[in-house]
Order: sequence, then C-alpha cells, then structure tokens
Amino acid sequence: MRTAMANRLTPYMFMAPAAIIMAIALMYPLGYMVWGSFRDWNPSQTIGEAEFVGLKNYIFLWNDPNFHESLGVTLRFAFFVVTIEMVIGVGLALLLDREIRGISLLRTMFILPMMIAPVVVGLMWRYMYHPTVGTFNRFLDSIGLPRVDWLGDHALTSVIIADIWQWTPFIFILSLAALQSLPRSALEAARIDGATAWQQIIHIKLPLMMPVLIVTALLRLIDAFKVLEVILVMTEGGPGLSTEILALRISRTATEFRELGVAAAMSNYLLILLLLLTVGMFAFNRWQEARAARLNALVEEES
Amino acid sequence: MSTPNSRANPAFYAVIALLVFMSVGPVLLMFINSFKLDVDIISGTSGLIFMPTIQNYEQALCDVLWYEPEHLDFCSLKFGGAFINSLIIALISTALTLVIGCMAAYALVRFRFMGRDTVSLSTLMVRMVPPAVLLVPVFGLWNNEFCLDRDGLIGGAIRDTFGGRGDVCLAGTHSGIILIYVAMNLPFVIWILQSFIVQVPRSLEEAARVDGAGPFQVFFKVVLPLIKPGLAAAAIFTFRIAWNEYLLASALSDRDTRTVPILIVNNMSEFNVEWGVIMATGMLLAIPPIIFTLLASRQIITGMTAGAVKG
Repeated sequence: MRTAMANRLTPYMFMAPAAIIMAIALMYPLGYMVWGSFRDWNPSQTIGEAEFVGLKNYIFLWNDPNFHESLGVTLRFAFFVVTIEMVIGVGLALLLDREIRGISLLRTMFILPMMIAPVVVGLMWRYMYHPTVGTFNRFLDSIGLPRVDWLGDHALTSVIIADIWQWTPFIFILSLAALQSLPRSALEAARIDGATAWQQIIHIKLPLMMPVLIVTALLRLIDAFKVLEVILVMTEGGPGLSTEILALRISRTATEFRELGVAAAMSNYLLILLLLLTVGMFAFNRWQEARAARLNALVEEES
Repeated sequence: MSTPNSRANPAFYAVIALLVFMSVGPVLLMFINSFKLDVDIISGTSGLIFMPTIQNYEQALCDVLWYEPEHLDFCSLKFGGAFINSLIIALISTALTLVIGCMAAYALVRFRFMGRDTVSLSTLMVRMVPPAVLLVPVFGLWNNEFCLDRDGLIGGAIRDTFGGRGDVCLAGTHSGIILIYVAMNLPFVIWILQSFIVQVPRSLEEAARVDGAGPFQVFFKVVLPLIKPGLAAAAIFTFRIAWNEYLLASALSDRDTRTVPILIVNNMSEFNVEWGVIMATGMLLAIPPIIFTLLASRQIITGMTAGAVKG
C-alpha cells in the first residue's frame, strides 16, 4: 500500500523542481506583465502604486507611428532573414550532399558563428562595416569602387547580412541531416527511371524534406523575433528607427523612456504574434503526424 | 548528382573553401585585430604585416594580472571581475538547469500522471518567449517583489550582517540572474532531453527495478549514464545562452555582478571606440564557446537535429 502511494507520487517528485522554478520565474512574471500593461507604471514605483489606466497603453501603441515603424522593421527583418537563409541553406545542403572528406571538420567550422556571443558577432560586424577603417570599405577602396555607408543608408540590409552569416549554417546543417536520412530506395528508383539531377531535387528530395524544412523555418522565424544584441551593438536601432526591431524598442521603452506599462503592453503584442506562430507550428506538427499515421494505415491495409 | 567522379571537381572544392572562409573569416579577423595596436588598426596599411602585441589583453585583464603593465597607468576596465561573474553565473545555472531539466524530462516521458499534458504543452509554449518580453516583469519583480523584507527575520539578519539598503532583493545578486537563466533554459532542455530519454529501452529500467532499485536509483544509475550525449548537448546549449546573454543580465546586475557582455556593450556605446581592447575582450568572451565547439561539435549537431527534426 505504501509503495503504491510512493509510486504514484514519483512523477510529481521528478516534476516538482522544474514546475516550481518555471512557475516562479516564467509564469508569474508573464502574468505580472499582463497585469502591469494596464497600468501607468514607471520604474521607481512598485506595481501597486502605479495607476490603473485600463487599455490606454494598448490604444496608445495601436496609434503610435513609431510602434508601427518598429513592427514593420521587425516583420521585414524576420521575413528576409528566414527566406534568404532557407534558400541559401537548403541550396548548399543540396549542393554539398555527397561524400566529402573531412565533413565533420567542415561542420565544426560552420557552427562556430552560432556559438559565439551575439554581442561579439555585433562587434565584429560593426568593425567590418565601419565607414573608414572597416574591412568592406577598405576592400571597395582598394578595387577602386565608391565606399558604401553600410550602417547608415543601408542599415537594415547590413543587419540582415550579419544575421544571415550567423544563422544560415543552422539551416544548412538541419537540411543536410534531413537530406541524408531520406529513403535511398526512392532516389535509386528515380535514377533508374532516368530522372535528371534537377528533377530528382524538385520531385523527390524537396517534397520528402518538406516536413523538416517547415519546422526549421518556423523555429528560425521564432528566433528571428528574439534577435536583439547583434543589432544593439551594431546600430543601437538607428539611424532613426530604421533598425529598431520590437525587442530593442521594448528594452529602450523600459530603460530609457522609463515607461514600464507601455513596454509591457508592447511585450504583449509581440507575445501574441509569437503565440500565433507557435500555435501554427504545433497544429502543423499534429496534422503531419495524423497524415503519417493515415499513410501507414493505408500501406498496411494494402499489404 | 552524386556520381563518383564529381568528387574530384575543383569548382566544388572552391565553393567549400569559400564557405569556410566566409564563416571563419570574421572570427579570424577579430583574432588578428586583437593583437594589433589601435594605430595599426586605423592606419590599416596591410592586414597581416604588423607587430603582434599583447597590450590589448593586458589592458583588458589589468585587474587580475599579477604585474603592472608599464603602458597602463590606470586600470579602468574591470574585465577580470566580470569574467569571474560570467563564469559563476553560467556554470551554476547550467548545472542546475541540467539536473532539474532531466528529472522533469524523465517524468514527462516515463510516467502518465495528472497534468502531464498541460505541463508538456506549456513547456513547448514558453520556448518561444523572447528574453525582451521577460525584461519588464523580471525587472519589476526582482527589484520589488522577490525581496526579503527588512522587517522579516531573515532579511533583517542579512542586513545586519552585510549592511545594505534594508530590503534584500534578488536584483543585483548572482542568484537573481541564475534563477531567470534556469527558468529560461528549462523548457529547451526538457524538450531536447525528452527525445533522448525516449530511446532508453524500458526493459533496462524494469530489470533494475526488479533488482530492488527505487525510482531515483533507477534514474540516476541507469537512465542518466545512457543519455550522456544528450546531456552534453543540452549542457552546451544552456551554457551558451547563459554565457552570452546580455539583456536580462544588464537589467538585473549591479556594479559588482556585471557580466562580460554588459562590459563589452558599455564600452562599445562610447563615442571613441578603442577597437584593439574591445576585440580582445570579445575574443576572451568567445574563447569558451569556441573551445566547446571544437571539442564537442558532434554533440552540438546531434542536439540541434534532435531539437528540430524530432520536435
């Protein structure tokens, strides 16, 4: 009897530490943020002292052109980053899917950019984009082309390039793994039927990789909304608002403008956006599993 | 496409060489520049011909050096202290996250219990929360709510012993930063470890249980040794985030608990950037992750693919 009781408690004992910590340091803060977003709150007050203003912060943001600009920058950044990284990453994986000597060494070098601190990545790129001493402008000088104002006129493009440098390897490695786990029989059959390399890619490899590719793209998309340090170090959101993504604007609203309520409301908008994306990913996973199960059932019926 | 003779294709190797150059180049550039004097960086006559100097590193590490570099008369950069803070925070939070995370992952995989679906769904959901979203509530809570009251027994005792401003709050302490890092990394660690624990054959655990081992013994003596690769991957990812994170640390730390990323950002935003010293600090910050990458790239890749492909 006592062992039965102990057995029933076991999972809770294993779960408890994680559940408690996540409740205290994730769930409670998120609830606190929602609560705070309805208040006119500055950092020197406790939340109880702050005045309740209802939906004022949300309405203010809804009509705030700076917030729109920032949201636009965020969406543009996320869209371009994910699209370009997917195209380059998958393309490289298709190109390099063959036996290469020293592939593990290559992969080690490719994951290096991802492991380095975003702050340091920003630092390196800020140096390379520097208008006079930077590597790129020096190179342009030396071949006689006019200099480019990387972090001025083309700030968003420059920031996107830096992110592509850092994260394309992620997609490359994941799609290479997906590519190498494809069923060999399908590819063999296609080759015997005389499909060209291009036809193999379009009709066999890409469709079979699609589930992994979509999950990868969604993961990358969610991560693209988290990027902050690289941009902070490179441009500090400027010039103007041209690179001020939402995460950066939240942190500036909280620390520079000292408007915690508005920052909280903005965090909530961002969270809702991400929630929709995650739900989408989750639904897609479910649908995928259901489809796989159905296909399996069909195959079994036939055999 | 993958015919044997395409292996000898020189264009193919040129593409690979270009890729390697592109991904490693910026890091190498920083490495080289960290050994240059600012004069050399700015005049930039040529990339590779210069007198290497360790002055930048001396200036960065001046508060922990045992001798006084002669080119320095004042040690302004407290890099050594920040490095130690970073190390304490990253190591402790990684260890805690791993222990707590693998227990939770084990429970989620092996037991059917009430609330299991809720827990597993919510861990998946919190994975997407960006650190910036946590900034406001964590700042408010850690400064105002998670405090030992000055009237309370423990808070009073701490204040009497160590002095301070009355209330003892989580903000500004190592444990405050560690707590939020553990919480932030837990969902990810649980998610990654689940896919490794599923692969442990159940019969092994049952055999141990028949031999009279309790649930905790089974977990620590049978399951843990079998998922070592997963643990390594999870450890590296957690360490990477805790070591590199800037935003929350900057909101929660004070002068004594500042971490390296904060120090670098603070020195960058000044108008006149001392490139040599900044590159040296950046290089020092990048060294631990680089070492991990070189030693455990296989585990990193396994972790990455397990996280995405099996998610």
